Amino acid sequence: MLRTALFVTFVVLAGTGGEMAVSVAMKRIGEVHDFRPRAILEFVRGTFRQPWMWLGFALMVLSFFALLALLSWEDVSFVVPATALSYVVGALGARFLLGETVSRTRWAGVLLVCCGVALLTLSR
Amino acid sequence: MPARRTKTVVLLALMILCGAAGDVLLSKGMKEIGAVEDWSPAALAATYVRVFTHGTVWLGIACLIGFFVCYLLVLTWADFSYVLPASSLSYALVALLGWLVLGETVTMLRWCGVGLICMGVGLVGITPHSTTEQV
Repeated sequence: MLRTALFVTFVVLAGTGGEMAVSVAMKRIGEVHDFRPRAILEFVRGTFRQPWMWLGFALMVLSFFALLALLSWEDVSFVVPATALSYVVGALGARFLLGETVSRTRWAGVLLVCCGVALLTLSR
Repeated sequence: MPARRTKTVVLLALMILCGAAGDVLLSKGMKEIGAVEDWSPAALAATYVRVFTHGTVWLGIACLIGFFVCYLLVLTWADFSYVLPASSLSYALVALLGWLVLGETVTMLRWCGVGLICMGVGLVGITPHSTTEQV
């Protein structure tokens, strides 16, 4: 039980953290306007020069490995819906790390996801 | 535009199906390999090799790539606030496939949990994402 909780937490945090890091890297590169093959190649090379990109990629890979390990002992009908907790982490991160405004509807959605995961946990 | 609508629905359906099938196949593969319980580096390396030489796991990864391609394609014309609530259906489909294909016990309580999660993700999705106020 404890191991499962730890792994779900890790999958969610590393996955969301990875996406955030990739997002930081992309914002640093700037919006893509030129879609010619040469420009796209240049863009891909640019992403590899961003340390944030590597951090994000590493976190996503770790998250995937942890998901595989989790699936080796836990039901998929429990694990995959539970990873929806990433929306909770996303909203909290947006509000408290990035200082964005999170609407009431979105908080309501986050609350529903939390209740849903609580029910999943009880169903194990 | 009915043609575009059909295209969107077909691609969304394919996306949901690929995503759910991918997760279920990964789960099937990992169950065949067996629970990861030995965390010593040597055992982890051996598990790593077994996982990435396992056909079912690769089939799952292929499905997830298919999911990602559909996701990117549909986002090139459809709004994120339309795609995300639709994609939340994949949580329900994963539970359904887990029950039907893998024979998992999905209790009433678990169905309710999955239902709440789908609704919750749906609500998160329909929220406008650009939070910068237009003045």
